[in-house]
Amino acid sequence: MTETAKSFRIYIPRDSAALALGADRVAAAVAAEATRRGVAIDIVRNGSRGLFWLEPLVEVATPAGRVGYSNVRPSQVAALFDGGWPACAAKDAERDVSHENPDGSWDAAMPACVGRVEAIPYLVRQQRLTFARVGVTDPLDPADYEAHGGLAGLRACLALDAEAACQTVLDSGLRGRGGAAFPAGIKWRTVSRAQSVQKYVVCNADEGDSGTFADRLIMESDPFVLIEGMMIAALSVGASEGIVYVRSEYPHAIAALEAAMAVARREGWLGPDVLGSGRACELRVAKAAGAYICGEETALLESLEGKRGVVRAKPPIPALSGLFGQPTLINNVITLASVPFIFAHGAQTYREYGMGRSQGTLPVQLAGNIRRGGLVELAFGVTLRTLLDDFGGGTASGRPAKAIQVGGPLGAYLPEAQWDVPMDYEAYAALGAVVGHGGVVVHDDTADMAGLASYAMEFCALESCGKCTPCRIGSTRGVEVIERIRRGDTSARQVKLLHDLCDTMVSGSLCAMGGMTPFPVRSALEHFPADFGLPDGAGCAEAA
Amino acid sequence: MVPTPHATLASLLARHAGRAHELLPLLHALQDTEGYVDPAHVPAIAAALNLSRAEVHGVITFYHHFRSAPPPSTVVQVCRAEACRSRDGEALVAHVQARTGAHIDGDACHGVGVESVYCLGQCALSPAVTINGELHARVSPARFDVLLADAVASKEGRHD
Repeated sequence: MTETAKSFRIYIPRDSAALALGADRVAAAVAAEATRRGVAIDIVRNGSRGLFWLEPLVEVATPAGRVGYSNVRPSQVAALFDGGWPACAAKDAERDVSHENPDGSWDAAMPACVGRVEAIPYLVRQQRLTFARVGVTDPLDPADYEAHGGLAGLRACLALDAEAACQTVLDSGLRGRGGAAFPAGIKWRTVSRAQSVQKYVVCNADEGDSGTFADRLIMESDPFVLIEGMMIAALSVGASEGIVYVRSEYPHAIAALEAAMAVARREGWLGPDVLGSGRACELRVAKAAGAYICGEETALLESLEGKRGVVRAKPPIPALSGLFGQPTLINNVITLASVPFIFAHGAQTYREYGMGRSQGTLPVQLAGNIRRGGLVELAFGVTLRTLLDDFGGGTASGRPAKAIQVGGPLGAYLPEAQWDVPMDYEAYAALGAVVGHGGVVVHDDTADMAGLASYAMEFCALESCGKCTPCRIGSTRGVEVIERIRRGDTSARQVKLLHDLCDTMVSGSLCAMGGMTPFPVRSALEHFPADFGLPDGAGCAEAA
Repeated sequence: MVPTPHATLASLLARHAGRAHELLPLLHALQDTEGYVDPAHVPAIAAALNLSRAEVHGVITFYHHFRSAPPPSTVVQVCRAEACRSRDGEALVAHVQARTGAHIDGDACHGVGVESVYCLGQCALSPAVTINGELHARVSPARFDVLLADAVASKEGRHD
C-alpha cells in the first residue's frame, strides 16, 4: 500500500441497538477483511441514526455523501468486498432509496444498499434539531462535535447573565420533555433566583418507560449535546455541580457519558474554567439500581442521597429544596439536550416549530409492533396515523393495528378513532391521554387489552415505592378486580368498583405512579370492552 | 493479584466512610466485584457509613438491581414491558423457561437463571433479552437457543 492509496471512511454504529444486532462483530469482520485484502479503511464508530430496522447500518463516505448498507451480518462482509466494496459505494450513491428490507431480512444473502442515507425518506421528513448530530458524528470526537455546530449554544450562554439566560428558555416555549411538560424556563428562573451557596443541576436519565429510548440514543450517540445542555443550565441557575442519574439497565449509555465527560473535561468544556470563562462546574454520572419509581424527581433525589427511592411530598419543590435540601434544577435528558439549539439559534427559531402551547420538536419513539421502528423528531402536531403509516410502514406482523399506547406504561391506549388527533400536550389531555416522553407503542389486533390493563396494575404494584396507600394497595386491588372481570364476573358492580378504584388512585396518590396507572386501565376498558367480556359501551365510567 | 473479598470490602468502606449518601456507589462496587451484596457485610457497611443496619438492608432490598445471593453462572433477563409484549415477548418468556428449565424470577436450573426486566431501551427491536449482561434485540425463540448455547459455551471456556 502506498501513501497515496485512497483510504475509505466507514461508519459502523455503536449505540446499543446496533450492538444488540451484532455491530461489534460486523466492525471486527470489516476490519479483518480490509486488512486481508490490503484495502485502506478508517472505521468510525458513530452513533445510530435511529433508523433501527436498518441496523446494523454500515455507511461508506463517498463524494456524493454517505452510502448505507443495511442489516449487515459478519458472515456477509467477505461477499460485500467480493462485489468491489467499499469502492463500489460511490456508484451505489443514487440507488433507489425507497428500497427497503422486509423485517427479518438479515438472513438474506447480501445486505441491501439503501443509497445515500441522508436521502432516506424516513430521515428527510424529520425535523431534527436536538438529534441533528445523532448518527452523523463520532460521539466522542470533540472536533467533530464543534464542526457540526457544537458549543455554539454554550458560548452564546456565556455572553448572557443568568436572568437573560432563563428568559431565553422561557421565550423558547420549551416544556419539560420528561412527561410532566412543565415550562422549563419557569423552573430555571426559580432555581436561579433561589438564594443558596450550593445549587445542583440533576439530569433525570432514568428512562424506564417501555417504548422510550430517546434519552438512551442521545447519551450513546451524542453525549456532548447533553453535557453542553447541562453546562448551559448550570451557568444559568448558578449551580457548580451537575449529576446525570442513569438507569443501571443502560450500561452503554453510562460508559458513553463517562467517556464523553472525560473528553469534555480535557477540552475545558467543563471543570474549573468553562471555556476560559473563569466559571466552574463539575459533572458526574450516578448509576441507578433498577427502580422505576426513581424516574419520579423526588424519589430520584432520595436515591442520589443514598436512600430508598421513596417519593417526597411537595412542597417544598426541588427547585427550592432539592438534593441535600439545596435548590436543584431537575430536567430530563431531552429537555437539557434541546437547550444548546435554543441558545445557538435563538428562542424564536425554536418556537417556530410546534402548535398551540406545545412548541419546538418532540422526539417520538416509534416502537412495539411496527415495521420501521425508530426515532422520529418532529415538531408537535404530528398524528399517530402519520407515524404509523408513513414512517412506521404499518405493523411488523402485517396485521391491522389495534391500539397505540402513548407516553409510557402510565399512558392511555388510543383506539383508531383517535389516531388523527395532533400530538400536542393540550389536545392529548382533552382525550384523557398523555404525550409523556413521546413513546409510541403499537399493538396489533391480537393484543389482549384486558391482559394489558391487568399488567399495568401489576407493574404499579411491583414498582410502587409504597409510601401512599392508593398506589401501594390500589394497584394490588386493581389486579384483583380486573382478574375477576376477566374470569367472567362482568356485572356493572365490578366495572363500577374498578372505576371507583381508579378515581381513588388518580385523586389520592402522591405522585404520577399511582396517579396515572389508571390511564391505560381506563382507556383499555372504555375502548376495548369486548376484551374484558363486556358489551359495547359497558366499560365507560358513566355506564358503570 | 486478585484482591480477596474482604480486602475489597475494607477498601470500599475506607473510601466511603462517613458518607451515607454514597451507599449506592458502594453497593454497586461491591456487587460488581463479588457478584452480589452479602448480607453478612451489612453491619460493617452500616457502621462505616453511620447508618442503621435496617437502613442499609432497606436500600439493598428496595432496588431490583442488588442481589443478596450469588448469581447463577448464566443469567438471562427477558424484557416483559409493553413494547416487548406487543411482539410476543410473553411467548418468548414461556420458551425461555421451557428451554432452561428455570422459572422466571425463581430458582436457577443447571446454572441458568431467568429474570424479568422492565425495558432495555430496545423497544423498536423487541423482544429484547440480555444473557450475562450482553444485550440482544429482535430475539425469536430459535435465535434465543443459539445465543444461549454460545453464552454457555463461552462461560465454560469453549470458544469453538
